[in-house]
Amino acid sequence: MKTIFAKSVPGRGACQVDSADAPAAAHMLPAGLLRIHPPLLPRCSELDVVRHFTGLSQRNYSVDANFYPLGSCTMKYSPKFTEYVASLPGFARLHPLLARLERGEACAQGALQCLYEAERWLCEITGMEAFTLQPMAGANGEFTGVSFMAAYHRAKGRKRAKILIPDSAHGTNPASAALAGFEIISIESRDGMIDPDVLSAVIAEHGDDVAGLMMTCPNTLGLMELHLPRIVAELHGADALLYYDGANMNAIMGKMRVGDAGFDVVHLNLHKTFATPHGGGGPGSGPVGVTARLAPFLPAPRVAVRENGSFYLDDNLPQSIGAMTPFYGNFGVVLKALAYMLRLGGDGLARVAEYAVLNANYLKKRLEDVLDVPFDKLCAHEFVASAPEGLRALDIAKALLERGFHAPTVYFPLIVRECLMAEPTETESRETLDAYVEALREIVAQGKADPRALAEAPRNLPVRRLDETAAARRMVLTEDMG
Amino acid sequence: MPFIPHTPQELREMLAVVGVRSLDDLFADIPPDMRPKHFNLPKGQSEAAVCAMFEKLAAKNRPGMTSFLGAGFYAHHIPKAVDALAGRSEFYTAYTPYQSECSQGTLQAVFEFQTAVSRLLEMDCANASVYDGGTALFEGAMMAVRATRRRALVVDEAVNPVWRAMLATYCAGLQLTIKTIPQKNGMSRSEALSAAVNEDCAAVIVQNPNFFGVVADYAGVFAAARENGAFGIISVYPVMQAVLKTPGEMGADVAVAEGQSLGQPLSFGGPWLGLMSCRKEHTRQLPGRIVGRTTDDDSNTGYVLTLQAREQHIRRAKATSNICSNQALCALRALIHLSLLGPDGLVRQAEHGMALARFAAGRLTALRGVELLNDAPFGNEVAMRLPKDAEGLVAGLMDRGCVPGYPVGRHYPGMENVLLLACTEANSRNQIELLAEELGDML
Repeated sequence: MKTIFAKSVPGRGACQVDSADAPAAAHMLPAGLLRIHPPLLPRCSELDVVRHFTGLSQRNYSVDANFYPLGSCTMKYSPKFTEYVASLPGFARLHPLLARLERGEACAQGALQCLYEAERWLCEITGMEAFTLQPMAGANGEFTGVSFMAAYHRAKGRKRAKILIPDSAHGTNPASAALAGFEIISIESRDGMIDPDVLSAVIAEHGDDVAGLMMTCPNTLGLMELHLPRIVAELHGADALLYYDGANMNAIMGKMRVGDAGFDVVHLNLHKTFATPHGGGGPGSGPVGVTARLAPFLPAPRVAVRENGSFYLDDNLPQSIGAMTPFYGNFGVVLKALAYMLRLGGDGLARVAEYAVLNANYLKKRLEDVLDVPFDKLCAHEFVASAPEGLRALDIAKALLERGFHAPTVYFPLIVRECLMAEPTETESRETLDAYVEALREIVAQGKADPRALAEAPRNLPVRRLDETAAARRMVLTEDMG
Repeated sequence: MPFIPHTPQELREMLAVVGVRSLDDLFADIPPDMRPKHFNLPKGQSEAAVCAMFEKLAAKNRPGMTSFLGAGFYAHHIPKAVDALAGRSEFYTAYTPYQSECSQGTLQAVFEFQTAVSRLLEMDCANASVYDGGTALFEGAMMAVRATRRRALVVDEAVNPVWRAMLATYCAGLQLTIKTIPQKNGMSRSEALSAAVNEDCAAVIVQNPNFFGVVADYAGVFAAARENGAFGIISVYPVMQAVLKTPGEMGADVAVAEGQSLGQPLSFGGPWLGLMSCRKEHTRQLPGRIVGRTTDDDSNTGYVLTLQAREQHIRRAKATSNICSNQALCALRALIHLSLLGPDGLVRQAEHGMALARFAAGRLTALRGVELLNDAPFGNEVAMRLPKDAEGLVAGLMDRGCVPGYPVGRHYPGMENVLLLACTEANSRNQIELLAEELGDML
C-alpha cells in the first residue's frame, strides 16, 4: 500500500484550521529565525486520510478480531466502556498544570480523587503500603522501582552496586537496572526455577554489595517459583530488597499478594492485567507499589486527602527520588484501569486469575499430544512448549497467522528449545481454545508431511515473509531514505 | 461474570480435562503462608453504575475555563477524524508488532510517523516515539553520553523546568554532572552556553521556543558543540516548528519534542508521546523501537521492526535503553493529525497562536505596571512582568473564571511577578479583551 506521503497531491488539503486572521510568520519574526521551506507533510483531503488509515487498520491483527495468545504480554479483551470514561471532557480537556496553581486543586478534585482511589485499589490488590502511578510503562516502572532500591541503600549510608537477575527474566529487567547505574549479576535457573543454593552462594560472595533481586513469579516458563520463602529469607537476611516484576499479575490476583509474600517493590502493567488496550505497542502504564520502608522515596508530588475529604498534591517529600513523569503519569490509562477494577470488584479480579489459569492449563493439556510440553505440572496463566522435533517454532507461528490466529510468543524464554509461549487469558471461550488446538494439530501434521509447505506460510496476508536482514542493512527508516 | 465467557457446564468439563476439582486447586503451588492476608475490595458494579460514577467525578473538574495556560503543554483542536480513525479497534487492540505479516497497518503507520517527524524537524531519521518529551530529552542525552563517552551535560536554564527535573531524576544513579547555564530575563545566553562546552561535555541541551516563549537560533551553540566533539540537542514545540528554523538547519545532532500538541488530548498529563530524531550517523544510538522498509519473498514492499540488536530483549543490560514499547497509538494519532492538517494547517495553527500572543502582549502591557519581560522575539507564548505577585493574581482571576497563564516564580526565584501566557487557536481576541479587563480591575 502506498504511503500517505505518496498520496499527497499539491494544492489539496483538508482545511482543518480556519484561515487565521493573522499575518504570516515572516511579518512577526525576523527572517533568520524562520524555516525556509514549509514541512513536507501530506496534502490530502479528509476522505483521502480516512481511506488511507482505514486501509492500514485492515492490515492488522488485533484482539477484537483475532485470538492473540501472545505469552508474557496478556492480550485480553479490553472493554469498550472504559474508552468512554477516559474521553469524558472533564478529564480529557484538563490541563495538568491547573492542579498546580494556587486554588487550582479545586478545579481538579475529580481527577485527583481518581488517582487517589486507583492507588488504594492497587495497594489492596498487591498488599503494598503505597503506590505511585507516575511510571509511563512497565519498563519505566522497573526503572522507578530499582531507583527506590538505590535510594533505600543510599539513605542507610551505603552504596550497593549490584542487582541479581535470573536468566529467565524479561530483558527489560537488566536494562532498567543498568540504566539506574547498577551492575547486573545473572542467576542461572535450574529446572526452570531460581536455585536457592546458587542464590546463597552469590549472596555469600557479594553480600555487602547486593542491592536486591528482581524476579518474575510465576516466572517466564509459566511456573510458580517453589523456593519463594527461602529466596525472601536469603535476600532480607542480607538487608537486600526483593523486586517483583508484575507482568504476570494476571495469574495471581486474589491468590497471592506480593506484599504479604515478602516482596518490597512491585510494578504492574495496567495495559496487561487491567485491560487497558495497548494500541499496537503503547501507551502503557506501569505503577509501582512499595512496602512502608520504601514509601518515603516515591516520586513527587503524591496525591493525599485532607480531613475534610478534599484532595491535594503533596510536595513535601524530602526523600523523594524526584519526578519520573511530567505530571501524574498516564492519567488516561489509569482512568481506564480504575473503571475496569470498579466494574469487576474484588471477586471479579480474583476470578480473572482463576479463569486465566484454567484456560492456560486446559490449552496446555489439550496440546500435550501436539507439541512437546516440557513441564508435566500445573502451569500458571501461560506455558511454554517446543515445536516437535524437525519443525521450527517460527514456521508454526507463521502457519497460525495464515489460519487467522495471532502466534504465541516465539523463541522466548531463550532457555527453551524452539519455544512457543502461549497465554490464552480469561476472556477467551472454550470454542476458541479448541479451534486453536485443531489448527495447531493440522499445522504439525502438515509440517511433518511436508516441511517446505510450512516454510511458505503465510500466503494470505498483505505480505509474505519479510527480509529482516535487508531491512537492518539498507536502513530505510523514512520515505526519504529510500 | 463480566468478560468471562465460560458457562457452568464448560467450567466443569474444562476442570475435568485439566484434572482438578475446583478453580482454587489450580493454585496449589502457592503455599498457604503466601496466600493473601486479606483482599478487601468492594463488589463489582454494572457498566451503567461505573459510567455514572465517572461522569460525576469528571463534572467535579473544571477544564472549561477560559485559559491561557501552556508552559509546554497546549490545548489545540483535535479533528474528530483523529478519534474515529485511531479509535479503530484493529489499531487499538493490537500489541507490539512482533509478527510483521499481520501487523503491516501498525508498522507502516510507524514508518510514516518516522517520516513525518523527520520532515517536520528536518532531521535524517526518527524512532517510533518514546513516553513523553521529558524521557525523549533524557534518552537524547544518553545517546550523547554513549557516543562521546563523556559524562557532563550543559543544560540551558530556560529548558522547561518539568523536563529538567525529570533529567535530574533519571541521571541520579549515573554519575553524570549537569551544568545549568542561567537564563537572563527569560532569554537563553547563547555565548555562555557555547563557552561552557569543553572536552568533558557530552552534549549541550537547549529548547526552542524556550520555556519563556523566546525564539532563538542555536546554530552558533551547536557549532561550538561540534568543534568540541559534543552533541547539540534541542527540544522543540512541534506546532511552532511549522514556521521556525528547524533543528536540522541549525545543525542539531538530536532533536526531541513533546508530541502532545499533535492530536493528543491534555488528559491531565498523559498519555502523550516523546518525539526523537537524529542525524543519520547516530541512528544506531537511537533508543526504542524503529521500523524499517524492506521486501517480502515476492519482492513486495513491507515493514518490520529493525535494528533490534540495540534493544533490551537482545542486549539486556547493554541495550541502548530499557524502553521496550513505544507510544504507538499516540504516534498514530499524531500522524493522522498531521495528515489532516497538512503543512498549511500546521502553519496556520502556529501563526494564529503567534498573532494572538502579540495581541495579548499589546493589550496587557497597556495596563499600568505590566511590561514584557524582555524584547526578544517570541512565538505563541510570552512572559510578562506584573506589578504584583503572579501567583496571587492568577488565583484571583481563576475565581473570575479565567486562567491567565502560569506564574513562573516557583521555578525561577526572583521572578515571582512574572506571568507566562500562551495562545492557541482555542483562544480568541474576545477572550483576551475580557482578560485585559479583569486584570485591569485587579491591578
